[in-house]
Amino acid sequence: MSGLAAEFAAETLLVSAAERLREAGVRQLEAYTPYPVEKLDEILPRPSNFLPVLVFAAGILGLIGGFLLQWIGAAVAYPLDIGGRPPASWPSFIPIAFEIAVLCAVTAGFVGFFAAARLPQPYQPIAALPDFDRASQDRFFLVIDDADPRFAEADVAAILRGFPCRVVQWQS
Amino acid sequence: MDAIDRAPVMLPGQDLATIDDAVGDAVLRPRERLGPQLWWWGGFAISVALTGAFILAVEYLFIAGVGIWGIDIPVAWGFAIANYVWWIGIASGGTIISALFYLTQSQWRSAVNRIAESMTLFAAAAAGVMPILHLGRPSFFYWLFPIPNTMGLWPQFKSPLLWDFFAIITYVFASILFWFLGLLPDLAMVRDRATTPRGRLCYGILALGWTGSHRQWRLHKTAYGLLASLMAPLVVSVHSIVGLDFSGGLLPGWHSTQFSPFFVFGAVLSGFAMVLLMVVPLRRLYRLEAFITERHVDLLIIFMLLCSLLLAYSYFVDTLLPFYGDDKFERATQLHRFSGEWAWSYWAAWSLNVVIPQLLWFRRLRRGWVICFIAFGVVVGMWCERIMLVASSLYEGFLPSSWGHFVPTLWDWLTLFGSAGMAAAGFFLFLRYLPVIAVFEIKEILPPEGRHG
Repeated sequence: MSGLAAEFAAETLLVSAAERLREAGVRQLEAYTPYPVEKLDEILPRPSNFLPVLVFAAGILGLIGGFLLQWIGAAVAYPLDIGGRPPASWPSFIPIAFEIAVLCAVTAGFVGFFAAARLPQPYQPIAALPDFDRASQDRFFLVIDDADPRFAEADVAAILRGFPCRVVQWQS
Repeated sequence: MDAIDRAPVMLPGQDLATIDDAVGDAVLRPRERLGPQLWWWGGFAISVALTGAFILAVEYLFIAGVGIWGIDIPVAWGFAIANYVWWIGIASGGTIISALFYLTQSQWRSAVNRIAESMTLFAAAAAGVMPILHLGRPSFFYWLFPIPNTMGLWPQFKSPLLWDFFAIITYVFASILFWFLGLLPDLAMVRDRATTPRGRLCYGILALGWTGSHRQWRLHKTAYGLLASLMAPLVVSVHSIVGLDFSGGLLPGWHSTQFSPFFVFGAVLSGFAMVLLMVVPLRRLYRLEAFITERHVDLLIIFMLLCSLLLAYSYFVDTLLPFYGDDKFERATQLHRFSGEWAWSYWAAWSLNVVIPQLLWFRRLRRGWVICFIAFGVVVGMWCERIMLVASSLYEGFLPSSWGHFVPTLWDWLTLFGSAGMAAAGFFLFLRYLPVIAVFEIKEILPPEGRHG
């Protein structure tokens, strides 16, 4: 991958530059910021986000699995007669079923996040950009992939020149 | 509320760089900026010494058995259970701050959530070991898991004690994941600020290759929100189940339907008190007054007071019901609590958790040392409440012929103070090596004019 990378000193500059590029039809944009910039949600491409569905599914599976586990243990495999109470008294299975559901959902959310974010990653090519260690501190980077079909036509370099930023060629 | 609204959640004049300097330097510790950290070394040394005492106490316990403690029949639950309930309660408060107030989108949470979550982590760890120590044969603790075995045995799923086991496991595990997920972007910040190769390597490994791309941030936000929305009900369920451990018993003073909310109120109260006890000195020692402002302290105090009032209601109900009802054993236990062997713990709970904290309604009294003193009193008072609930119900139960006494031994006390030392040692290490404030969240709530380098 290769393209242009622009380094901004303020959030507002990054957002307006990204907006301009987006208006020019450039789609293959990525921003690197020290904190989540909500305004970019509408400008940058929206990745599919399966996490909520995954967490919900894991929670439901944990709930059913936890419930069945107790049912099998208490009613099928090892029924204990305590004062003639029914072995499969389901209300007493709710707390553990809930805990297992939460355990599964939290684990799925955690693992799912790392899978979706493609982490851990010992080497990130983008980190080779000059000054990139400040992307986690006080600088805002906008990276435009030159594979974008509108890259040449939209004249990305010219648009970026209209903003106070440092532009470098980038190649991984 | 006007006065509170007037105090800002962040002092003016901050930008991205000042935040990084304030928090990043505390981790990477350039001497010229922070100077020698005598308070850290002193506190850490004491905690490590206490941890040593804890290891000694546990070692002797493993060799000699639970007979070294003061527990016996009828008081078969002693310090270990009281400590467990106390620690898990303290932990709960931290999760409430970080998860519940994340869901309400409270801006003030951002400056204190890391401290609260880390406190939770070490308190939950201290809580988690207690029931295992109490088992009598700790090496068989894994029998609580429903694992296949040659005897065909299954754990008793209808027992609150087993519910509790699942609740603690889930809570400790989920707390670690939630804490690490929130920490990840800040680890990347420290990695990028580190000047030594060793620092870059260690924090680089911990940061797992976080770049701060918009894609990562979006996923992070979703994942964090999901985990927060799971943590909030989880923490309520955990302490409710702890309450059910007692309600499930038939003993007078335990067999009560109000125990779940009662325990949750007390838990959150002790958690807020513990967070105050950490936050008030830390904002000075780490010079974080710009980010942890008077407003944070005020809000924490107000939530602590709210919990104190809720707990007062529970104490009141718990005290009143035996006399409203017709059970003479319940009444006898309540009278023992008023004036029996363990009456001191009953009155200490009332005064330290309910009466004395009300002083903080007066704004003039909200000085650092007064707040710390009262918050420490609440933490101690909550322990008194736990031991009161455990011991005062057990030592004089239904049959006078089986009444007994509970006299804690040296090993009981060493376990209690040692566990505090262990949790504190962990917390001191957190203070030394990890960002004490969620830096990226603070950057997020910066006013627009501060969002530059």
